[in-house]
Amino acid sequence: MSPSPASSPVYNTPNYLNAEKGVRSWLTTLDHKRIGVIYLVLTLTGFFLGGVFALLLRLELLTPGPTIMDAMTYNRMFTLHGVIMIFLFMIPAIPGIFGNFFLPLMIGAQDVAFPRINLLSVYLYLLGAAIAVWGMIHGGTDTGWTFYTPYSTTTVTTVAPVLLGAFILGMGSIVTGLNFIVTIHTLRAPGVTWMRLPLFAWAMYATSVIQVLATPVLGMTLLLVAVERVFGFGIFDPARGGDPVLFQHLFWFYSHPAVYIMILPAMGIVSEVVQTFARKNMFGYKAVAFSSLGIAFVGFFVWGHHLFTSGQSTFASGVFGVLSMFVGLFTAIKVFNWTATMYQGAIQVSASFVYFLGFLYFLVFGGLTGIALSTVSLDVHWQDTYFVVAHFHFIMVGGTIMSFLAGLHYWWPKMFGRMYSERWALAASVLVILGFNATFIPQFLLGNMGMPRRYYSYPQQFQSLNVASTAGATLLAFGFGIILTYLIASLVKGRAAGPNPWRSRGYEWNTPSPPGVENFPGTPVYDHGPHEYHEPVAGEVTRAH
Amino acid sequence: MHTEAAAQGRLAHHFPDMKTQEHAARMGMWLFLSTEILLFAVLFTAYGLYRFLFPLGFEEASKLAHVTMGATNTVVLITSSLTVALAIHHARKGENRKVVGLLAITIAFGALFMVLKGFEYYHHFQDGQLPGRFYHYAGVTGPGVSMYFTVYFLMTGLHGLHVLIGMGLLTWVAVRAARGHFGPGYSTPVELSGLYWHLIDLIWIFLFPLLYLV
Amino acid sequence: MNLLNDFLRDLLFLPVQASDWARHLDFLHYFVFVASMLGGWATLATGLVFVLRYQRRRGEDEQSTPIVNPKPIHEAVFIGLPLVLFLTWFAIGYPQYVELQTPPKGAIDVYVQGKKWMWKFAYPGGPNSTDVLRVPAGRPVRMLLTSRDVIHSFFVPALRFKQDALPGRYTQAWFNANVPGRYPIFCAEYCGLGHSSMLGELVVMPAEEWDAWMEQQRRGSQPVAQDGRPIPAEEVDLRGSLIEQGQRIAGVQGCFKCHTVDGTQHIGPTWRDLFGRTVKLESGKTVVADEAYLTRSMMEPNAEVVAGYKPVMPTYQGKLSAPDAAAISEFIKSLRTDAPTAEPQKGPIYVPVTGK
Repeated sequence: MSPSPASSPVYNTPNYLNAEKGVRSWLTTLDHKRIGVIYLVLTLTGFFLGGVFALLLRLELLTPGPTIMDAMTYNRMFTLHGVIMIFLFMIPAIPGIFGNFFLPLMIGAQDVAFPRINLLSVYLYLLGAAIAVWGMIHGGTDTGWTFYTPYSTTTVTTVAPVLLGAFILGMGSIVTGLNFIVTIHTLRAPGVTWMRLPLFAWAMYATSVIQVLATPVLGMTLLLVAVERVFGFGIFDPARGGDPVLFQHLFWFYSHPAVYIMILPAMGIVSEVVQTFARKNMFGYKAVAFSSLGIAFVGFFVWGHHLFTSGQSTFASGVFGVLSMFVGLFTAIKVFNWTATMYQGAIQVSASFVYFLGFLYFLVFGGLTGIALSTVSLDVHWQDTYFVVAHFHFIMVGGTIMSFLAGLHYWWPKMFGRMYSERWALAASVLVILGFNATFIPQFLLGNMGMPRRYYSYPQQFQSLNVASTAGATLLAFGFGIILTYLIASLVKGRAAGPNPWRSRGYEWNTPSPPGVENFPGTPVYDHGPHEYHEPVAGEVTRAH
Repeated sequence: MHTEAAAQGRLAHHFPDMKTQEHAARMGMWLFLSTEILLFAVLFTAYGLYRFLFPLGFEEASKLAHVTMGATNTVVLITSSLTVALAIHHARKGENRKVVGLLAITIAFGALFMVLKGFEYYHHFQDGQLPGRFYHYAGVTGPGVSMYFTVYFLMTGLHGLHVLIGMGLLTWVAVRAARGHFGPGYSTPVELSGLYWHLIDLIWIFLFPLLYLV
Repeated sequence: MNLLNDFLRDLLFLPVQASDWARHLDFLHYFVFVASMLGGWATLATGLVFVLRYQRRRGEDEQSTPIVNPKPIHEAVFIGLPLVLFLTWFAIGYPQYVELQTPPKGAIDVYVQGKKWMWKFAYPGGPNSTDVLRVPAGRPVRMLLTSRDVIHSFFVPALRFKQDALPGRYTQAWFNANVPGRYPIFCAEYCGLGHSSMLGELVVMPAEEWDAWMEQQRRGSQPVAQDGRPIPAEEVDLRGSLIEQGQRIAGVQGCFKCHTVDGTQHIGPTWRDLFGRTVKLESGKTVVADEAYLTRSMMEPNAEVVAGYKPVMPTYQGKLSAPDAAAISEFIKSLRTDAPTAEPQKGPIYVPVTGK
């Protein structure tokens, strides 16, 4: 029944996947679509690697004492988990995959502004990832992904290569952001005005601004730590007159905006998904577009909320606390607008849409715990405990990863021309959402109880919640495994998707599935915005079968 | 003009016209320059903090900086910015020979800058005025003095590295000018590398007073 | 009210509230929690209602939907309501935080030194201890924290108290534990292999008991075993109060070559009546000579030189450990002529704990 690949109608016509063959054509490609697929493979590898380490950590935490590893291994493992998840997945994935693939399609362009620099970003990713991972595994880095001084400048484990790897990864991030900003400014097709720009593009624009402005600060700061380790100049080391808190300020000046690099693209995806599956134009388009810019802007001024207990002045803590509230406000605006978009919509509950609903739930509560932390006094209790761990996993996994899955399930047919099993997808989505809740809600409670982070062993009273969390993590891992399986299966025996299986009026759906090497047969001209569903549109692409 | 450039195969397939392509190139360069500014901003922040913590130490130590050489270098860089600006002007007119000459002078000034810097470093090494724990100059001691030199070498070192990169860029552009690539429809590489050189100059204009004069 | 407090505290897995401040913090926590649950679920429930109500009609893939745009009232509510709520939370929480950072006068000082992987405590005029800290119930206690090596963080969940201990610097915060009991102390900043075993215990004693215990410590009427784990051999000279230690260390380090204790003018300012005085610096600024200033003067002597004196003092960075510097500060404090002279003549006798 299922068509074999050779005779599949999907791949009879030349498209970006099969037009040029051979490994060489992939390694030297300048096609933004192929680069998106390369990022998919690379970042998902990083994600699964980081996930394996997470599972091992959770297994160790099943008992108060040693379970499957010693303390040193545990410390190395949470460092690996954090560095890999953040620098090899959370930051590069959505921009690298969906930004690269869909931004030009969404604005009616044939490619991004600088295709060669786009390819460069892939090699920077590979080089940085290789050096960083080699450094951590070979040298047993145990500093955590935050590299706080003077621990990171004095620990005997390997640190400098990891910092170099992170620096190179950062260059890749900067270059991607630069590319997207110039693309959006200069390559919009006629009719794609700023106020018709797809919301995913607005989100990518805001993300790119942060990538360009914040990443150099991290790069230089990590370089200084490496210099201090190698040469012993004493920049952050108090024994040599340095100030360890200076490192914290410089580090978080990047790393806080970095979390907005991680969530803004996810918010962009969700805006596209809800408009398609509720079949309705976004409620408050302007508010959603500008709140992305608002998050990017205000996000630069709140880094000090990571330093409430560091001994910084109460005045500084007050300023950072209040400003942090405003960033939360922009997120609240988006949540209301996404919810209101469903009002009087025509909703199709696909797997992608289920992930959107999960995203909404996790962002609401994850976000509110963030506001709670910004009250400053509550953070005194919660800082460096599992409450914070739960908070950021709610947003990063519950938010970004749910949205990533929503986007993956939404755009998979476009990227590969195949449909996956909707039944398996729905089942997996429920498993993932349940598993995620089971993993991280116990961690909020552990934080309330006072269990600090990065604890290899813990007092007996924390055990039952830890066991619950590990059980959830296992469920979550199982869910991810199912997703990987049916997606790969779809590439082999999925039915042809056709140009627009979701009947979406997003601009990127005006192409075949998969798209050809040339995105469009000329320069498209638009006389309407994307996702306008209030009247039938002449010449709309009909269903594939 | 633009069709001429297109005919030379310079118009990339995804740009509608040369004007847009050049606009994009310029925008990309400005964005890149902003990342360079933020890179240096970290060092300026470190300077600011440690100066605040060790006012006397920094004051005493900065007297050891070679103001004459630094001032000469400032003049050298500012003049080189002038020559590169002139190069851009002539590139726009298609006078490629003048471009080569002016770029050569600019590069020479860059080399002169590095030579003078080299002398300064050499003298500091000789006297033991080194960063952090390597500092062993007996003439000026106290908290903050070695930190000054840490910041000094990091900032001027990073800046010097950028001067070298700039010189490399300008060399490549000069080679292209020697081949007659630039004219009224196409002078973007000269403009962009000129912008980079101006940034290097600008950073030095902030470095010099902070490290040498106060 | 108490019932509600206990119920919510249990629901949220919060530890006992060993101080009023902890209880007030928990009240804010409850407010935030309840409001978040109500607001969050109301929003999500609304969304769920929409999902159930506005399903796509079967077979109508091209179903049309209206373009609905927000009216000003929507914007006002969507922005205004959360903003008012968030700022209210901040208006409650921030003053609580300021209170934590503002110790009252007359608080008992405790010097805390974090080091891999133990906590060392010292009272001015009192004993030292490792990992176990005894404090009186109902009296404010100010913690002066520093670290011997990397950043640690002193965390007592029962007090909702946390403050980072930084190397090369003192940080401070205070608490007033009014419920006697024994409460765990954790290190909350990753510091290496022993991070999760850097545990301590806060023993809150009824005030009279603590006074009696402290009296015993000072008088040395009976040999007192060190609380907690034995201190490695590297720690010498546990005899004497902090003040006597300070005097001894100052002598050994050669401080008296330039500083007098009787008011005589010499190379450096005299230590008599120095502590707490407002001094004028060479730069024209004025500072109060508190613990932080004294410590800074030992570590970075030429940063804030007193007016009229030359910047000739060498630095003791690396030569004086943090407890040593603290001891010297205590000694200088004791040289105030208006200070009570009831210091004991003899310090207690300490018998190092043998064996585990």
